[in-house]
Amino acid sequence: MISIRGLTKIYHTKLNQIKAVDDLDLDVKKGEIFGVIGYSGAGKSTFIRLMNRLENPTSGKIMIDEEEITALSKDQLRVSRQGIGMIFQHFNLLWSRTVHENIAFPLEIAGVPKAERIKRVDELIDLVGLSGRGDAYPSQLSGGQKQRVGIARALANNPKVLLCDEATSALDPETTDSILNLLVDINQKLGLTIILITHEMHVIRKICHRVAVMEAGKVVEQGDVLDVFLHPKLPVTKRFVEQVMGDREQDDALDKITQSYTTGKVVRLHFVGEITNQAIISTVAKQFDVQANILQGKITQTQKGAYGTLFVHFDGEESEIQKAIDFITSTSVKVEVGLHD
Amino acid sequence: MIKQLFPNANWNELWIASYETLYMTIISLVGTFVLGILLGLLLYLTTKNGIWENKILHVIVSATVNILRAIPFIILIILLLPFTDFLVGSIRGPNAALPALIIGAAPFYGRLVEVSLREVDKGVIEAASAMGAKTRTIIFKVLLPESMPGLVSNLTVTGIALIGYTAIAGVIGAGGLGDFAYYYGFQRRATDVVFICTVLIVLIVFIFQFTGDWITNKLDKR
Ligand SMILES: Nc1ncnc2c1ncn2[C@@H]1O[C@H](COP(=O)(O)OP(=O)(O)OP(=O)(O)O)[C@@H](O)[C@H]1O
Ligand SMILES: [Mg+2]
Repeated sequence: MISIRGLTKIYHTKLNQIKAVDDLDLDVKKGEIFGVIGYSGAGKSTFIRLMNRLENPTSGKIMIDEEEITALSKDQLRVSRQGIGMIFQHFNLLWSRTVHENIAFPLEIAGVPKAERIKRVDELIDLVGLSGRGDAYPSQLSGGQKQRVGIARALANNPKVLLCDEATSALDPETTDSILNLLVDINQKLGLTIILITHEMHVIRKICHRVAVMEAGKVVEQGDVLDVFLHPKLPVTKRFVEQVMGDREQDDALDKITQSYTTGKVVRLHFVGEITNQAIISTVAKQFDVQANILQGKITQTQKGAYGTLFVHFDGEESEIQKAIDFITSTSVKVEVGLHD
Repeated sequence: MIKQLFPNANWNELWIASYETLYMTIISLVGTFVLGILLGLLLYLTTKNGIWENKILHVIVSATVNILRAIPFIILIILLLPFTDFLVGSIRGPNAALPALIIGAAPFYGRLVEVSLREVDKGVIEAASAMGAKTRTIIFKVLLPESMPGLVSNLTVTGIALIGYTAIAGVIGAGGLGDFAYYYGFQRRATDVVFICTVLIVLIVFIFQFTGDWITNKLDKR
């Protein structure tokens, strides 16, 4: 649905030239939440601002839904932009307008008649969970509520794409989660394609289907979020994964843990998608005559399922334990069994 | 009692003079508002990286504004006499003071408008362009409403300066309290009249300040 080819943006400053975005190729599918992650200065903001030409590219081509954004005239671009929603780190609401009037603004720009505007705004206020706050001014809202207004405003003209520039970076962790949930909700309800940029892997993990890692203006690694979490290739990516998972090298070695148990078996379970940890452990405990004792581990939920590792100590009859392990092996969970010296 | 305190006061004429002062101030303030907003917008929009970036226009407007602001008001009135005569058909009376008042105050207000516009959050303007807003929409629905408290409080400052200017305009026989005080007080040594005129002018200034502050507070939703 979105295809980007050879996108380049060079800033000319007095002293030198900065290649903020460097020959970037990217494809985004319809209805997916696509995350772009990178450290400060990687060119993320420049990239997303090129998408609706808040910044004009030095070269390259952007297609959104068969429309070549990079070839549009100023007037055509204005019309096209009504179909591309955008939300911002600092919300960028008009403080002189109420919540209702802020959300109505893009509808005024699109020339929607007043009666229809009011109806549409009321729908949107409900959609983002701000019922009853329509007459409040932005200064009377919390950060999370302001971002909800920003989201409602971005959705007003039923856009095809939603661009999010660090939409949660100014919010506390809890509010971040509620805004991310809202984005997922909208993505599912409306089938909206979302491109979001962030420097927090947590955001990618929680809501993105696919991710691209940016460094020095280039996409250096991309793929399904789960794959990237499982097999990060480059050092940058590994560091981002560690943000969420902790350093894997520092996990206690399986065999070392095993030493401290004289009976039963210690296993390491690798979760990759689909099944959630709680379900499988309790199933095993119910179906087999073993005691399952979770020792340590880290599981993280992504849009495509759980990912992580868990150390479990099984105690009971040797044969029962073996059955339990066989059972787990038959699911998508990978099992490693610790050995005694 | 009042008769004894202010033996020279002619209350009917004082009332007319107050009315003339208010008339000159309010009409010239309306003119200053319109012209000042225009100048301020031009300065803001044509500036470097502005929406209508235009170096030549910016320099021309900026220089005009600076020159007009540099001319002392009393000299501006005299310089403008032929222009006033042409425009108003007379160089005496409250109406004859209006061109000089507006041309004297608009550049001052224009600079203040420019400053207020600069304070509008760049992100909000960007959000509006990301929604596909035309420049006209950005001006009338973003820039002006978002800077309105600043525009009004600066208009209050300008209005108070204008009250002072109307008194100076008395020298060309514009009428008003300044003219009145000059005529009776300076030429006839009637100190009591000067005193009354002063009180009335101060009163008008206070009313302007109070009204301006009140409107600014009402508008400010930040
Ligand atoms: N208007 C500009 N003029 C000159 N250089 C710019 C401009 N905007 C961005 N840059 C440069 O381009 C590079 C990429 O900037 P960008 O803002 O896209 O990074 P970012 O990944 O969004 O970083 P952050 O996480 O800090 O927001 C930086 O080196 C920056 O200095
Ligand atoms: Mg940025």
